[in-house]
Amino acid sequence: MCTYLTEKFALEGSGKGARGWFRLNEGTVYVDHPVHAPYGHTVNIDFRNPGLGASARVALELTEEDALALADAIHAAVKSAPAGLASRNQ
Amino acid sequence: MTDEIVAGTVTITGHGGDELEAYLAKPTDPTPRGGVVVIHHMPGYDAATKEMVRRFAVEGYNALCPNLYTREAPGADPDDAAATVRAAGGVPDDRLVGDVSGAADYLRALENANGRIGVIGHCSGGRQAFLSGCSLDLDAAVDCYGAFVVNDPPEAMKQMKPLLGLAPQLSCPLLGLFGADDQFPGPDEVAVLAAELEKLGKEHEFHTYAGAGHSFFSVDRPSYRPEAAKDGWERIFDFYSRTLTA
Repeated sequence: MCTYLTEKFALEGSGKGARGWFRLNEGTVYVDHPVHAPYGHTVNIDFRNPGLGASARVALELTEEDALALADAIHAAVKSAPAGLASRNQ
Repeated sequence: MTDEIVAGTVTITGHGGDELEAYLAKPTDPTPRGGVVVIHHMPGYDAATKEMVRRFAVEGYNALCPNLYTREAPGADPDDAAATVRAAGGVPDDRLVGDVSGAADYLRALENANGRIGVIGHCSGGRQAFLSGCSLDLDAAVDCYGAFVVNDPPEAMKQMKPLLGLAPQLSCPLLGLFGADDQFPGPDEVAVLAAELEKLGKEHEFHTYAGAGHSFFSVDRPSYRPEAAKDGWERIFDFYSRTLTA
């Protein structure tokens, strides 16, 4: 199915896309058909900068197990570093 | 008589007078023939959809797929365009109807047009094909597993409304092709739609395939079910041969 449902959040950082590095300001997460991954549905994660055009996007298509493992790994990595080391207010 | 087709990008006028990119495929034979508006699925104006457009031309129809994401993402890759439109909340229903109307007008104006127009869509496009059939004066509509025609979408999709209330305005025969294992739309939703069309006396023909789920026509996805897709294509061309012949 096309879920239509999209989780969207503002962010600060950079990503590397087809034309090199660029600043990011928006993330979206949704469960829907992948373009490339060999599954019917995947957890799709986009890091974007709409102001630079539709192609300013870093895209992931992950199984739900692996998307959740990614979330856990992010939590673990942040927890293992000194608090606030990678904060927006570092 | 020739089997030659031509295909390529054209510019059409869509909702609000906006210029849209569109993919046209048509036989070069001057014999009058029907036209098919192909509504691309939510993943966008992609290679698989363009292949469908060409298939309709090979089968003798003029076919046209408007890029519904032209406004937000001109010139972008289909997947980037789809991500952009999704993040912006999707394609509004009224804009979709205007764009399909513009595509139908373009097809009607072709030199080898017979004036009859069908529409087809898969997945989100299936819902939009039904919406088009209820909103425009068309000759045929094909809904391939369109969800949320009958049932309410989840709470978070407030911008999308069920379409069952529009059924009295359905202007044309409807062919529906569904998978028995699909949940969106599930067999219960399909049954409700069939019963409503029956009650209204609206011409329709529904087929539900055992062992098939959502997206069974998609040859490049694991959901592809060759038997269902093969029979579905035959049903589509049989339906259009009856509804789009002048």
